Amino acid sequence: MAIVNFMNNSPLPMQVTPADWPGGYWWHWVFFTVILIVFVLVMVMGAIYIERRGLGRMQSRLGPNRVGPFGLLQPVADAVKVLLKENIVPNSADKVVHWLAPIIAFVPAMMIFAVVPFQNGALLADLNIGILYVIAISSVSTIGVFMAGWGSSNKYSLLGAMRNVAAVVSYEIPLVLAVIGVVLMAGSLSLNQIVLKQDIPFILLQPLGFLLFFAAGCAEINRSPFDLFEADQELVAGFHTEYSGMKFAMFYLVEYGEAIAMSAIITTLFLSGWRGPLLPPWLWFILKILIVFFLMVWTRTTFPRARIDQLMALAWKFLLPLALINLFITAIQVLVWPDALPWILIFINIAIMVILILLWSKFFKLGWGRIEV
Amino acid sequence: MKFERYGIGLIKGMVVTIKHLLRHPTVNQFPEQRLNMSRRFRGNELIWSRERCTGCASCAKTCPQGAIEIVTATNLADNKYEVQKYQVDTGYCIQCGLCVEVCPYDALFMGYSYERAKYRRGELVQSGDELLESPQRPASGYFHPEIAEKLPKQTLLVEKIVEKRK
Repeated sequence: MAIVNFMNNSPLPMQVTPADWPGGYWWHWVFFTVILIVFVLVMVMGAIYIERRGLGRMQSRLGPNRVGPFGLLQPVADAVKVLLKENIVPNSADKVVHWLAPIIAFVPAMMIFAVVPFQNGALLADLNIGILYVIAISSVSTIGVFMAGWGSSNKYSLLGAMRNVAAVVSYEIPLVLAVIGVVLMAGSLSLNQIVLKQDIPFILLQPLGFLLFFAAGCAEINRSPFDLFEADQELVAGFHTEYSGMKFAMFYLVEYGEAIAMSAIITTLFLSGWRGPLLPPWLWFILKILIVFFLMVWTRTTFPRARIDQLMALAWKFLLPLALINLFITAIQVLVWPDALPWILIFINIAIMVILILLWSKFFKLGWGRIEV
Repeated sequence: MKFERYGIGLIKGMVVTIKHLLRHPTVNQFPEQRLNMSRRFRGNELIWSRERCTGCASCAKTCPQGAIEIVTATNLADNKYEVQKYQVDTGYCIQCGLCVEVCPYDALFMGYSYERAKYRRGELVQSGDELLESPQRPASGYFHPEIAEKLPKQTLLVEKIVEKRK
């Protein structure tokens, strides 16, 4: 409790734990750690179910519907299957790296949730540099992926891992620049403070920032259409080609855990987090996470996979300039009209978003393709 | 100005997928739900009628695969010409229906059933009474319109989607 309060030097008095909370700091720590682990595991199972059913229905299929009512137990069955499978380590693999990679990839996906508020003050650690922590931690996951690619001693794994590193390095920049816009609007790096400042969800004030963050986030966590690091057709599943059994399950967990984490961050930054009428805050939070995740499923099933040069071109020629312009415009708005009427700003920002996207699509040449106007 | 170049194409694609999400999926849950076959379906097994067969062996002659084996002999006691052996190797059959078309006495029919898989290849060779019509092996209306009239109308997967959409 003392440490948490020490780190929280924000001007507003923060309610870290309820006043009558028994046991203080350690109780808080144990309680939220258990809650977070259970939350991530349950949400990952739910996410797998939603993704498979959603993908199925969008492709005019049914998706899993045999195990349990409506196929709800399919993730459980899959988990049992994958845990009972034999764990194969290739002969020429770097054994230690091969063993460590899934863990190093999984831990950051869990750690992101430490700073995500489920309710006012209901979070493991209300860091005053929350969003910076999230960005720093989420890119550690890439090291795990690269270790997996290297340790497998398989050319496809290595190729996938290299692509992953290249993409994460490129997409981190527009991602961070899109976050800075939100931080400027909120005036704080703490996620709880950012939520408290969102009387109007920032998706309305920062529509371009939301699009940039969504695209860059999808690329960062290997979601389709940017999933060419684990492209089944060209790289035989990329970095986790040589993984089986429990370790493969870990990578599967990472994939969906990161998707849920990214949805949680988007919810917190742009969709006013746990705030909402009628329902309890944590329910609003989970509901918004699921909505954002559904959006990811929707884009995944709709868009075809990008090529590696298209991926890089999108990051450097499209997202980066737009993110810089967005940051510039946001800074001017915050500096010059700090007390402007919100609906005017909303209107201006949406207009700017439409104009910029149209303009940049005209400049933007996708992989030396032909331009027709 | 083509707006597909400006990101409208992405939105159009997303509209298509969300429409698919909201309508009935184009699937048939096979063991529980079954679609009616075409009434002139050339199904798995040949149906043979012992009463009508005269043993002319037209079917055996016309079969491009040589799957039909027929042995006829004169029954001296009854003074009748009868079929001693009628054997079809269903494994060779290509469901062309030529034997049914060529039969002058309407003694052969295509099968209407489609779940007649066997565990052994030897079980595919059927002869004599195995080839007769039975509830498990109904006759198809192929080349026999009078049978086709009595069979249920074919159902299509498309109709299923359309009826759900109404």
